[in-house]
Amino acid sequence: MSLTSTELVRKLFTREGFMSLFIVSVGGVMGVAVGIPIIGVMLSPLRDQPADVWRRVGKISDFKVGDTTKVIFDYPSSGFSSWSGTTQKTVAWLRRNSSSGQNQFIAYAVYCTHLGCPVNWLPEPKLFLCPCHGSVFNADGTVAGGPAPRALFTYPTKIDGTYVYVQTQAQPLAT
Amino acid sequence: MMVRLIRLGEATYRWLDERLGIGVIVKVTLLHRMPKSVNWWYVFGSAVLTAFAIQVITGIFLAFTYIPSPDHAYASLDFISHHQFAGNILRGVHYWGGSAMVLLIFIHMTANFLGGSYKYPRELHWLTGSVLLMLTIVMAFTGQLLRWNQDAYWAVVVGAEQAARTPFIGTWVAQLLNAGPYVNGTTLSHFYAIHIWLVPGALITFIGIHLYLVIYKGVSEWPVPGKPVDPKTYMVEYQRILDEEGEPFFPRGVFNDAIFSMALIVLIFVLAVTFGAAALGPKADPTLPANPLPDWYLIWYFGILALIGVQSSGAAITPFVIILFPAIAFGVLFLFPLANKGERHYARRPWAVATVILAASGFLVLTYFGYAEPWKPLLIYTSNNQILAPSVPAQTTKGLTGDALAGSKLVSGMVCTACHSIDGVGGKRGPELSNVGNTFDQSQLIVRIARGGGGMPAYGNILTPKQITQLVAYLQTLTGK
Repeated sequence: MSLTSTELVRKLFTREGFMSLFIVSVGGVMGVAVGIPIIGVMLSPLRDQPADVWRRVGKISDFKVGDTTKVIFDYPSSGFSSWSGTTQKTVAWLRRNSSSGQNQFIAYAVYCTHLGCPVNWLPEPKLFLCPCHGSVFNADGTVAGGPAPRALFTYPTKIDGTYVYVQTQAQPLAT
Repeated sequence: MMVRLIRLGEATYRWLDERLGIGVIVKVTLLHRMPKSVNWWYVFGSAVLTAFAIQVITGIFLAFTYIPSPDHAYASLDFISHHQFAGNILRGVHYWGGSAMVLLIFIHMTANFLGGSYKYPRELHWLTGSVLLMLTIVMAFTGQLLRWNQDAYWAVVVGAEQAARTPFIGTWVAQLLNAGPYVNGTTLSHFYAIHIWLVPGALITFIGIHLYLVIYKGVSEWPVPGKPVDPKTYMVEYQRILDEEGEPFFPRGVFNDAIFSMALIVLIFVLAVTFGAAALGPKADPTLPANPLPDWYLIWYFGILALIGVQSSGAAITPFVIILFPAIAFGVLFLFPLANKGERHYARRPWAVATVILAASGFLVLTYFGYAEPWKPLLIYTSNNQILAPSVPAQTTKGLTGDALAGSKLVSGMVCTACHSIDGVGGKRGPELSNVGNTFDQSQLIVRIARGGGGMPAYGNILTPKQITQLVAYLQTLTGK
């Protein structure tokens, strides 16, 4: 049974037609009323992102020129920090390139650019090695071998008179 | 006495039936007719349902103790596994039950695929079943995360990296998976809610539809070669089979299902008591080295990404494979019912048989590689968080002096043995070096070490010329003797 548009409109203006429309609308209103807060909360991780902060990771004099050292620092404090446990922490490989200047430090993200596994610094061969699929990176972060598509990601660093700081960042994503 | 009891029973049943309509339910479920050709191959669907029921029940009681907070999840599981009375058996039943559910779904699918049961009029059985398969894999993955050990933490990180490869909206998908810009205090509770509410709710809904379809359209008869499905005549013919040679689902069908499900539960219980649940492994701690590995049902996917990764063109195609491969694999599942006519029996469907053999052998081969990990550098993680490559075997350094002796130390120090093996010691990532002194001369060795290639870093800018000389001196002594 197919209706022409005129017939359909006429049918909607009957008692049954009005009630059907009303039932559909009631369902819609209920869906929106419950759906708005649900979608809001589900998407909130995209909206409520804490601002990146500078974290002090040690004294400048603690790091020797040419060394690469693991530094551990906290993500920005947030409403859920009190139960975040170890997930509040993150690490970077901090390399000191020279003894002076603003850019004497460079902080490499631990996340391998292949699939995100944590790369290890091997001091003797001066290489980063990924435990998952064997990507290898040179001391300057460039790819030395394996499946990694690009160099290690870096985080901003800065120094003041005494200390080195690393800026927290979102998990770097290779795309 | 007996007679009075039976009368009382009958009276109770009549009273309930009048008010609840039990008779109708019994009639459409237990008494619905099935073909006489139903046999033991039909038990796997109900076995999946049994496994799911085990998961729901044991899951509810695990939730009595488990705490979905990143600060406490691991400790609460440690308590369940090592201190709570019967806790490790309960967790063990949930662990083996989950594995059984994944495995039985694949057997159930394969049986129905080879028997052509997904053809007319049961296309929607296959489609709802495919949705159930995907939901079950989500359950398996999220369940693994709830252990909140190193594997779990890094599985989220790796999952986010993979999701980030989604075209256009990759970053959003990745951050929704992480529940933020990085793994944080709300990540675990998100996965907990998905694992115990969201996906089970969807599973129950789709299981309901799936079972309704089984009863509404009836169980397919055992396929006969040379008897193709024709949608025009099938239902008439099926009705004739039921009327002339059919029998009620109860008792024979129920009996088979009950026997198999009982065997399944006993097996799961025995495995849980004997082996317990999966080891918890080290606690999630992003500040310590990790060596993450997924559970067995996702090892094959891990294997694919590793195997294409070690190819020289791997880096370029990896982003596509990460997203496209699962998309195509599951997309194809939903396309099967398009071929809903024709032969059902596997003897007349060589392509169907080939598909099953290809998928099964692909799964087994990739799983083997996933566990053997020939691409993985062999590293030793010491208790004080040092990372070392294996030392070269002592018999290869006997009597060495000078450059060759110094070189033998460099081989492990420069982590050569992480990828190359010498007399059975070392990784399998790169070529074996036991006989390298015969196959390469001095200048060839120098070039290989200095330039690298094929996944090996160029050591020319890492080693001093003297160190290269020492390394080569040692390698030249390796002549397979």
